[in-house]
Amino acid sequence: MALPLGLSIAARHLLHRRRQTLTSLLGVSLGVAFFIGIASMMQGFQRDFVNRIIDAAPHVTVKDEFRTPPPQPVAIAFPDAVVELRGIKPRDEVRGLRGARAMIDDLEAMPGLAVAPTLSGQILLRFGSKDISANVTGIVPEKERRVTKLEKDLIAGSLEGLYTAANGIIIGEGIAIKAGIGMDDMISVVSPAGVVLRMKVVGIFRSGITLMDNFDTYALMKKAQILQNRPNVINRIRIRLADVEQAADMARTIEARYGYRTESWQEQSSNILGIFVIQNGIMYSTVGAILIVACFGIFNVISTVVYEKTRDIGILKSMGFRDADIRRIFVYEGLIVGIVGMVIGWALGYAIVEGLGAIRFNMEGFVRAQGFVLYRTPKHYVISGLMAVTASTFAAWLPARRASRLNPVDIVRGAA
Amino acid sequence: MTAAIEARGVTRELPGPVPVTLVRDIDLAIHPGEFVAITGPSGSGKSSLLYLLGLLDRPSAGSVTLDGIETAPMSVDDLADLRLARIGFVFQFHFLLPEFNARANVAIPMRRLGRLAPAAIAARADQLLGALGLAEHTHKLPEQMSGGQRQRVAIARALANDPAVLLADEPTGNLDSRSAQTVFDLFRDFARNQGRSVVVVTHDHDLAATADRQVHLVDGRIV
Repeated sequence: MALPLGLSIAARHLLHRRRQTLTSLLGVSLGVAFFIGIASMMQGFQRDFVNRIIDAAPHVTVKDEFRTPPPQPVAIAFPDAVVELRGIKPRDEVRGLRGARAMIDDLEAMPGLAVAPTLSGQILLRFGSKDISANVTGIVPEKERRVTKLEKDLIAGSLEGLYTAANGIIIGEGIAIKAGIGMDDMISVVSPAGVVLRMKVVGIFRSGITLMDNFDTYALMKKAQILQNRPNVINRIRIRLADVEQAADMARTIEARYGYRTESWQEQSSNILGIFVIQNGIMYSTVGAILIVACFGIFNVISTVVYEKTRDIGILKSMGFRDADIRRIFVYEGLIVGIVGMVIGWALGYAIVEGLGAIRFNMEGFVRAQGFVLYRTPKHYVISGLMAVTASTFAAWLPARRASRLNPVDIVRGAA
Repeated sequence: MTAAIEARGVTRELPGPVPVTLVRDIDLAIHPGEFVAITGPSGSGKSSLLYLLGLLDRPSAGSVTLDGIETAPMSVDDLADLRLARIGFVFQFHFLLPEFNARANVAIPMRRLGRLAPAAIAARADQLLGALGLAEHTHKLPEQMSGGQRQRVAIARALANDPAVLLADEPTGNLDSRSAQTVFDLFRDFARNQGRSVVVVTHDHDLAATADRQVHLVDGRIV
């Protein structure tokens, strides 16, 4: 079947200038391919990290802190007065969350929520000559297993071990490796309150999140309260939601109801999620820069074609081609480069992703992995394709507009 | 009888710090079947008049009618459509698209007009090229043909949409005398036997003498 006239002229123009056309195609193809490769790699890592966070950590955490200091009584009593108080110190919430039991009952009554009380604090682990600073979280195992996947992350031991040993503790794999601690080893645990306990390692977990594996430990709630010298205190309520997307809304609701600082998993990981935003910015800028360079190539090729084809434009217009017909020819040229470049870029991008997927190495950063974690989605192909075709068409539009505005009389006069 | 194309009081001035008058106060009617040669010295406004008659340019004053239809109020697109359907142009340079062979070049105006099916377009292109003695050259690219052959392809292209008016600007300027005579014979045939109006701008007085009528221009005026 014959191509439409404008498309057929555009295709002939491009085929006539093979080398320049190939250069432009290469630019667009590389832009598309790199976008697919980089996006797959970065989003793969980001999604993997988020999934691990969502799996391993609670979705919402209620803390015994306040986001803003509560107003002083004098400020409440005299709201219109100019009040200046000096030497105010933050209240030490020794008692943790006030009314925690009632809060837990309230929260457990809400649909789609699993709730677990905890007491978090700092400890120093001593094993032989090794001292390691760590976080200890006092948990109630039967509640904890509904909120985090600690139980699934155990590579040795079990949550029940916390009950069977006199002073059981579960440690992260990072701590175990650093200090050379193994299962059933006895370690000394020192808290800032000065309490020293000899504890038995009843479990080792690997969450895949480096920070957790290197710094987190778990003990029974009672043991943690003894260590921290805070009997009957709960300073965190950890919540898991059926719908993880509701975490931010739920955190706001709980904070508004109880006043305690309540953080969603997004807020707790905001530093890293912030880095992801920067990473994405860098990725889009880099790919955008490649496509802009490719667009300059297309602009250059089509401008040159317009310059070289001025006489053809003159005769086509004298023949009866409208301005829009002429414009369409050169826009088609950009479109052809964009579409063909997109298809080649897709093939290259697929090859890059599969090539990256075949590479094996041990990586330890925010997370631990044995190679690139890749996210394969048609969305990357659609986005990169749209970007390429839009950019190519825009790059062609400017010279096309110039071509359509040429006056045929000037052209035939100049050429005659 | 209604003129195929008619200029009434046509003046064309190029604006600028020093305005230049290309043609002034031209009254000219070309009738169907008439073969008219426009002659005159260089810079006398021959080509400018041809472009005005062919609706490529608009007059600064006066009017041009095509088959009695006033063209002044028409939009640029309407004029383009009118040129496509009613007027054929031949220039001194053949202006063939170098990437297309002879048949494809002749087919371009027909494809743009869109009145014929692809098979009919190809058949008409072959018929036109055959009538101009180019039956053996339909698949050749312009660069593979002689100057005379290219110009005949350009003429075939100008005739592709069966125009009522054929306008030629120095069509024999780049041809040897034998090819030039052939082209003029063709034009005369188009006018006398096909009833088209043919207007040719030429420097060549001998060729011009073979036309039905000569219009002589000096300094943008008919004398």
